[in-house]
Amino acid sequence: MTIPPRLELKAIAASYADLQVLQDISLTIRPGEFVSILGPSGAGKSTLFRLLTGALKPSRGDILFDGSPLDTASSPFAFMPQRDALMPWRRIIDNTTLGLEVQGLSRREARKRVEPLFAEFGLTGFEQHYPSALSGGMRQRAALLRTVVQDRSMLLLDEPFGALDALTRAGMHRWLEGMWMRHQWTAMLVTHDVREAVHLSDRIYVLSPRPASIVEVVDIPLPRPRSRKGAAGAEAARIENAILETLLGPHEGQSS
Amino acid sequence: MLMQLYRGLPALIAITLLLLGWETYARLSGISPTMLPAPSRVIEQAWIYRQPLWENTLPTIRATVFGFACSLAVAFLLSVLVDFFNPLRRALFPIFIISQTLPLVAIAPLVVLWFGFGLAPKILLVALVTFFPMLVALTQGYQSTEEEIEQLLASMGAPKWKCFLLARLPSALPYFFAGLRISITYAVVGAIFAEYAGAAKGLGIYILNAKNNFRPDLVLAAVLVSAVLTLVLFGLTLLIQRLAMPWTRSSLGSGR
Repeated sequence: MTIPPRLELKAIAASYADLQVLQDISLTIRPGEFVSILGPSGAGKSTLFRLLTGALKPSRGDILFDGSPLDTASSPFAFMPQRDALMPWRRIIDNTTLGLEVQGLSRREARKRVEPLFAEFGLTGFEQHYPSALSGGMRQRAALLRTVVQDRSMLLLDEPFGALDALTRAGMHRWLEGMWMRHQWTAMLVTHDVREAVHLSDRIYVLSPRPASIVEVVDIPLPRPRSRKGAAGAEAARIENAILETLLGPHEGQSS
Repeated sequence: MLMQLYRGLPALIAITLLLLGWETYARLSGISPTMLPAPSRVIEQAWIYRQPLWENTLPTIRATVFGFACSLAVAFLLSVLVDFFNPLRRALFPIFIISQTLPLVAIAPLVVLWFGFGLAPKILLVALVTFFPMLVALTQGYQSTEEEIEQLLASMGAPKWKCFLLARLPSALPYFFAGLRISITYAVVGAIFAEYAGAAKGLGIYILNAKNNFRPDLVLAAVLVSAVLTLVLFGLTLLIQRLAMPWTRSSLGSGR
């Protein structure tokens, strides 16, 4: 316990538009960990992001980043929004350099930083294309490239694959896990896709409906890279079912 | 190219039929050419009088282009101000809306009375009819910016003016060009009307003189010129749009 957690939320409560959204949220993310927040729609997942980006102040509780109170002005997070939010008027390369340009890098310098990463993200040859020419999966990879190249200490992923079809999404899970294993990013993923959370996370915090508190913390000790085959696959399916049971409530369970 | 020709075919047929009907009626009914000249006569007279027609077209072009340029510049500046400072919008928009309810027939002679027969009153009237549509198009365009893109930029730490340049301004382009296409047709009409109310030279005054000399064929010849002028300007805006928004073409071409 010598290294403080990267991000720590202590008994956070928050209201948004006169509505209490978060009641009691405590969670810990250590450096290099992949942690998911899983909850029903409207449970306050986006409010959580607003707290972290400084758009909203908690009504109670503390947010610690690397051991000291979070300073949102220094924006320590790289954010990946729902859908890809690629700018249709910028070529893929200029979309991926966006964060660097905002930081004040010249366009040429920003390009030099991004270009070597295109191969790893499977986007070689598409640098000069506009986003409309790319498939959904490629657009998400471009969006993730735009996120990680900012070189922030933590990634915030807000349902990043929600708009993809099931097959593409499963492919993206494998790919993202591989990338994460290689780069050791610290990441927080917000999602309502149980399978996604189980596939990607070291730990899952399950939220209750609004006003949200944490109803369950699930550690996923499965070996990586994860697959749906064999004993590990069966264990993953068991964890998925258990979480679904928690989310849907005991009533559904009794009827069978 | 062939495809475009094919799509334009119904319009071409309709116009040809209309002109043919007009021509046959003018010839067979025995109606006097000082009442209703046949299209062939209009074109013939337009060719004979090409020199004075051209001399009167130039001032109209000048008034249209200058007036429109002024109106565009002011509309753009105001749209930016209004976007950054919302109370200004509530203060000014009622005035602009009222300015659009003023009948041109009443305003045109007054403006000529105040500013004389020179270029100034034409510029003013052209600006009056084109300014508001452009302002509305621009402000609406800014508001059409995708919320996720703005959230993304905020998470990157972009200040408001950067967000405007990177996201809101490019988002407004399609609206801007839609407004441009509407306004440019108003601009020609506005210029001609201003000349009609009083000018030394110009299509408007040419039409007035031709009418007073019982030459409806020359009136229609001037109308033909103004129609061609409007179409040319309209085509120019389309061309500029294609050049300014290359990403709207690319979805057909590369990749996928």
